[in-house]
Amino acid sequence: MPTAVAVDKLVKKFGTFTAVNGVSFNVAQGEVFGFLGPNGSGKSTTIRMLCGLLLPTSGTATVAGFDVRREPEKIKANMGYMPQLFSLYQDLTVAENIEFYGGMYAVPRALIVERLSYLSERLELGVVLDRFTGTLSTGWRQRLALATTIIHKPPLLFLDEPTSGVDPITRRLFWEVIDDLANDGATIFVTTHVMDEAEHCTRLAMMHYGDLIVEGAPAQLRQDIVRNMVEVRATPLWNALEALEHAPEVVEAALFGDAMHAEVHEDIADPEATVRIALERAGVQVEQVERVLPTMEDVFVSLARRHEPADRAGRKG
Amino acid sequence: MPDLALDISGLRKSFGNVVACEDLTLQVEVGQIAGLVGPDGAGKTTSFRMLCGILPADGGHAVVGGAEVTTDPEAVKQHLGYLPQQFSLHRDLTIDENIRYMADLYMVPHAEWRARADELLDITYLTPFRKRLAGRLSGGMRQKLALVCSLIHRPRVLLLDEPTTGVDPVSRRDFWKILYDLPRQGVTILISTPYMDEAARCSKLAFMSEGRLLAVDTPQALRSRLPYQMIEVRCRPQREARTALQHEPGVASVEVFGDRLHIALRPGTTSDALKPALKAAGVECEEVSTVEPSLEDVFMALTLEGQTELTA
Repeated sequence: MPTAVAVDKLVKKFGTFTAVNGVSFNVAQGEVFGFLGPNGSGKSTTIRMLCGLLLPTSGTATVAGFDVRREPEKIKANMGYMPQLFSLYQDLTVAENIEFYGGMYAVPRALIVERLSYLSERLELGVVLDRFTGTLSTGWRQRLALATTIIHKPPLLFLDEPTSGVDPITRRLFWEVIDDLANDGATIFVTTHVMDEAEHCTRLAMMHYGDLIVEGAPAQLRQDIVRNMVEVRATPLWNALEALEHAPEVVEAALFGDAMHAEVHEDIADPEATVRIALERAGVQVEQVERVLPTMEDVFVSLARRHEPADRAGRKG
Repeated sequence: MPDLALDISGLRKSFGNVVACEDLTLQVEVGQIAGLVGPDGAGKTTSFRMLCGILPADGGHAVVGGAEVTTDPEAVKQHLGYLPQQFSLHRDLTIDENIRYMADLYMVPHAEWRARADELLDITYLTPFRKRLAGRLSGGMRQKLALVCSLIHRPRVLLLDEPTTGVDPVSRRDFWKILYDLPRQGVTILISTPYMDEAARCSKLAFMSEGRLLAVDTPQALRSRLPYQMIEVRCRPQREARTALQHEPGVASVEVFGDRLHIALRPGTTSDALKPALKAAGVECEEVSTVEPSLEDVFMALTLEGQTELTA
């Protein structure tokens, strides 16, 4: 597969603050590449450099074969970018916004009509086509933003938190559209804070404080990073949470739906027994303790905690 | 009869001819975490605004923390913490200054709020950033600060309108750790969220859609009433499988989970019944297994299909 994005030791500094700290990775054509990281870890800054909107301090990056420094205009013609705050014209209708962006990307008139009809069906925009954009709720606005981002069928897409603020129905719809685009050969570069969405990606990379700290397929990351994860059902759950937070063998304990997930130190041979003993000692009634594969969220949080700089410690441990 | 922190009956609001909230009736016991869930435009924010006393209701009643909102909105405010969807703190004040400002507004004595702020900032890991301007905090830190501010006057009832939207998983965990401790202190929470793993932590859920209340029950009860059987399959090619299945009358919904599909089968449909359609589409499937329905499946069934079995 040809390379769609090639990044080598990319750095961006704002004054004395290093937002992106020498990051290197490649994205192959046709991949759905999930770019993860806590708020403020440098994801959006990296995307803006890749889109040719922000000049790197040092390092190189080529996107669709073009250099971000020398040929940013050529990159822009070959990509779609949906930023977190998408600029839509509030006083144009939904259909007018889509047509306007089609015109900006020099899509031929006949094709705009065809794409508008396809997109309004695919993203179920029919009922709001004649509404003024300013009157739309977040979910509808995000649907429209995605439609305008892909009006010109770009071979490469940058989506920065496309599902932020949208309901589960719209979220499913977005991922169907993303899957369709990838199946048609487009490369998708997407950020999200919703870890079950990350599992839709063919590959993931995670940023933290400007560094790229891990890269791999979702299934592989769930296998490799956190080895001793147990799921706990107990009452009262709060007491269980508190007990495990204070247990020295437990690295991290958190709510998981109406149960709990606890990460136990790697060198503990029998994590289930360890957790059970800690709970019983605290007088918690244990219903179930079971070793499980960590969720993507467990993996994400575990990695973030491990890479917490010393001045921000104060957490457990 | 347990003590009620929220006693809402027949609350309604229209904007012109748009009914934003129709006959909202909900009771939340003291120390419960209740969730308000529904698609965009369901009327969740309108409901919150009425419960805060910011938006006058067209009709109905709501007793919040012991005071009737519709007749005495001011009395409600001192017992109430409210986190709106839009970040509403002062970007040009530091963390400390924002907290102090809120404490002063609620007339919290100095000695009291200092200790309270120390404690809250400690749990939220915000202590090292006390002197930083709110405008320079990351999204997750801002939401944690907003939560700290809403708790500074020790409210009895906390209303949270999608507080974790756009917040990363690490901050989301910190955020929930605070929320989960509040019921023990007698605080009652009503929270809206688009994340169904958060909804699962509530002891009671109210599903709204287009202004109407569709179902109120515990997450477990809602899941067990779902009339679909959920199965998980691995299919190749996946897109063809998804399209073929979406056209099957016995299939209520299909969702992609990495390399697997989750399929909701209507009553009377078995996985065998799907085989001809998949074969015709040139799809090969393996590993058919039954999975537990998730709250997201319940959400889909309620909002897309108006599943009557679920509406109590």
